[in-house]
Amino acid sequence: MKSLIKKAIVSVITAGLMTLSTLSSAVEKPLKVGFVYVGPVGDAGWTYGHDEGRLEMVEKLGKNIETTYVESVSEGADAERVIRKLAQQGHDLIFTTSFGYMNPTLKVAKQFPNVKFQHATGYKRGKNVGTYSARFYEGRYLTGVIAGHMTKNNVIGYVGSFPIPEVVQGINAFTLGLRSVNPDATVKVVWINSWYDPAKEREAAESLIAQGADIINQHTDSPAPVQAAQDKGVYAFGYDTDMTRFGPDAHLTGSMVHWGGFYTDTAKAVLDKQWKPEDVWGGFSAGMVEMAPYNKAIPEKVIAQVETFKEQIADGTFTIFEGPIKTQDGSIKVSEGTKLNDGDILSMNWYVEGVEGSLPN
Amino acid sequence: MKISIERRPQDSNLMKYLSPLLAVLLTLMAGGVIFTLQGQDPWTGLYTFFILPISDSYGLSELGVKAAPILLCAMGLAVCFRANIWNIGAEGQLLMGALMGSWAALSWMDLEGIWVLPAVLMSGAVAGLLWALIPALLRNHFNTNEILTTIMLNYIALNLLLYAVHGPLKDPHGFNFPESALFTEAVTLPLLLEGTRLHIGLAFGLFAGVCIWVLMTKTFLGFQLKVIGLDVSAGHFAGFRERRLVYFSLLLCGALAGLAGISEVSGPIGQLVPSVSPGYGYAAIIVAFLGRLHPIGILLASLLMALVYMGGEMGQIDLGLPLAMGSLFQGMLLFFLLACDFLISYRFRIRTMSNQPPAHGRNAGVNC
Amino acid sequence: MDMDLITNILFAMVRTGTPLLLVALGELVCEKSGVLNLGQEGMMLMGAVIGFIAAITTGSLIFGVIMSLIVGMAMALLFGLLVIQLRANQVATGLALTIFGAGLSAYVGTDYIGQALAGFQPVLIPLLSDIPVLGKALFSQDILVYCSLGIALAIWLFFRFSRPGLVVKAIGESPHSATAVGLPVILTRWLALLFGGAMAGLGGAYLSLAYTPLWAEGMTAGRGWIALALVVFASWKVERVLLGAWLFGLASIMHLVLQGMGASISSNLLATLPYLATIIVLVLLSSNQSRSRLLAPMSLGKPYHPTG
Repeated sequence: MKSLIKKAIVSVITAGLMTLSTLSSAVEKPLKVGFVYVGPVGDAGWTYGHDEGRLEMVEKLGKNIETTYVESVSEGADAERVIRKLAQQGHDLIFTTSFGYMNPTLKVAKQFPNVKFQHATGYKRGKNVGTYSARFYEGRYLTGVIAGHMTKNNVIGYVGSFPIPEVVQGINAFTLGLRSVNPDATVKVVWINSWYDPAKEREAAESLIAQGADIINQHTDSPAPVQAAQDKGVYAFGYDTDMTRFGPDAHLTGSMVHWGGFYTDTAKAVLDKQWKPEDVWGGFSAGMVEMAPYNKAIPEKVIAQVETFKEQIADGTFTIFEGPIKTQDGSIKVSEGTKLNDGDILSMNWYVEGVEGSLPN
Repeated sequence: MKISIERRPQDSNLMKYLSPLLAVLLTLMAGGVIFTLQGQDPWTGLYTFFILPISDSYGLSELGVKAAPILLCAMGLAVCFRANIWNIGAEGQLLMGALMGSWAALSWMDLEGIWVLPAVLMSGAVAGLLWALIPALLRNHFNTNEILTTIMLNYIALNLLLYAVHGPLKDPHGFNFPESALFTEAVTLPLLLEGTRLHIGLAFGLFAGVCIWVLMTKTFLGFQLKVIGLDVSAGHFAGFRERRLVYFSLLLCGALAGLAGISEVSGPIGQLVPSVSPGYGYAAIIVAFLGRLHPIGILLASLLMALVYMGGEMGQIDLGLPLAMGSLFQGMLLFFLLACDFLISYRFRIRTMSNQPPAHGRNAGVNC
Repeated sequence: MDMDLITNILFAMVRTGTPLLLVALGELVCEKSGVLNLGQEGMMLMGAVIGFIAAITTGSLIFGVIMSLIVGMAMALLFGLLVIQLRANQVATGLALTIFGAGLSAYVGTDYIGQALAGFQPVLIPLLSDIPVLGKALFSQDILVYCSLGIALAIWLFFRFSRPGLVVKAIGESPHSATAVGLPVILTRWLALLFGGAMAGLGGAYLSLAYTPLWAEGMTAGRGWIALALVVFASWKVERVLLGAWLFGLASIMHLVLQGMGASISSNLLATLPYLATIIVLVLLSSNQSRSRLLAPMSLGKPYHPTG
């Protein structure tokens, strides 16, 4: 009897051990991918866009990966701890999705040489730190072209968040596109000093409409400016995601970001041991920037023109920041035939001709 | 059976110390319920939230990093609150300390000399002190309510910080991004433990705690603060000069908060950034109350508060719980504490038999 | 500046001021009875999120408004249990309410972010809306704006002419004397507090159902604190709360309009102006001790112990 029990126990244990070993050999350990977000996943803007990218990657790579995210991580002392914790918990690839994580990411990367890091919108790289960003301004140029055709008052309102290069690039590209088809049009910019404050964004849009703007563009994350335009019967461009549902009549189109492709490719590269620390700054060609659906109010021939520009930007036959480009006071900033290099674009802190007001410094 | 509330003849000392423990316990229980509602095992949830973050030495050191600024602010606030001065402005004082301290650090960071770091820290503390001088002046000479002025000053300080980091203090080689240059070694706080981020700011907090304990228990000034806090007219009667006490407690708190600000910038962050503080000044108010305005209590409470923050991160990493859990826990903790504090001055009496003659009621009731 | 611009600015001013007005009116009544509730921000957020969820799931904006009123009162109930029944410190409890409301609203609202809702639309009042400038600014607004005006008028009449209004004021000035003459201190404070909660919920719902019909975490962005300041700014007078709310609305619109006109002042420095203005008004109001005593309810912020 005793031996029988003993036998039974032994067989149970061996069976258990065998299942364990078969399990571990059958499924290879999935790649653990961590994300650090600056806002709440539900901000409907920047962080939401990144999380959509994460979900797309999960859908495409399935069981090969496992993801974790930490939201609303302050860009102060907390960032380093969170990034380090993710690395320590065995994440193989970590995306830090806001500019303020630059130095903490580099610090942690030094302590975890086997973990791969990807930092969004920054400019410092390391042996295991790559950077990535999207050329948002490419989409903004196209919205400018559309605005040039659609405006009646020749005044466009622009709701800005913070006067940093990324936003200034967008304003300039938009204005260049606008004035390429409508040299009389001007752009009024209002800064609200926040990425995300729906009521403030709405106030800003309303104050611009009050001053005669009949199209509103935005570089903030909530759909409030589109809502304001809808209520006031003017047009608007969304940002980040498709904002049509917030203003079906007002929403002309918008420049959207699409991180999913890049996240999937990066995770694949790490799985295939092909990953290298690079600086990826993709636009239409990389599929990182996309246009939201066009409003029916836009004439066919304008859409055709915009689509042509889009193809030319994607294949490199057309460059947005190519001279002659004048600054606000009318002097030539970029001479004919020269193209701004990425460094100049990345540190842009001047307005092109056609933007009203002065850039806060 | 009848439950009635009555005032204790004397405040219960036992309850004074038991109440925070009771509040923590109730918070944990409520937390367990929320975890269950979330479809999580409550034990795993609580373990992940409160044990896992400090399960290794690095985690413990990070607890110190996170607690340091809260500790410094809460120590100062305790003095204010003792004197019945409602300073809600530790956040703004902290930000001004970070701002002016960074300005000093950026101007002097290429200089040699052992005086550089102390001077930088001094600048931060003085900036916080001056920022607290505003509500003190207004209260003393214009009779202006300090709750409202300090709240307004928090917003002003935040905007000044944003202005500086987008403008004058921006890194000239930083591609126009809103952050300052990285601080050099000369203006970086020394570490308490190599290989961690635990910096000397925590030691400042502990030292401040000792000083405040001495101040409040051993000095006449501390006695005056306590008396005026309990009863302003008694203070006047005894000839205490209320204005002086207002200045003293607000300026002390401002200096400590300013020191917390510059320590944060020259310690774990290493440069001036727009988001220096994720609300340390407000968290410190909760900590001051949770810690019974007593230095040891505040030390424990600030560690607990830091743990709740870190638990919130851990809950997301390990269990995919929403971040809002962290602030839910903070809110509940304070609610429960405030509710339990009722038991310090009052007690419930449960009478088991309603026909008992009133004279024997005291003996028949269960007091707690 | 042409007439159109002025009209548009005034229209935007009223809309921007409305959430502040709603919350401040509630807090005014509350403070008149002697209770200081710093939890406005948390109550607003809960009102905003619950109102939005209710409206989007049932398709009825009115139901959303009702739910926001109820949830505002529920938050006030929590506050009242602590400060009125358990006599807890009002400042600390108010802060706790704000932190708790911010966390809880984020928690329950997660699934509703990014959803679109057709909010309250403007309702033109016949004849009145044809008046130049004022017609557009005042009488072409949505129903909640008219409500806010109606409530302001009702509260003004309440304090000016009604006996219960006098009771609230008497209790705020001295609860002990009020008790001595047989006034119900606890009940009155409860009612005032619940009214304040409902108004804060409504103020939040104005944001999520009318002004920017969407839910976003922390969408009140500090407006609860401004409303608190506004009550002091208005020295506890209803008509001044109304003017003050619009003045704040005007200030925040003008700071944006000036930028659009090309004024080159740092927008961060401009953003400090409303706060500076409040401090200055506070100082002016309170510098005269005897006057400020007349203005602020004497027992404001102090717990009331009926047994002495």
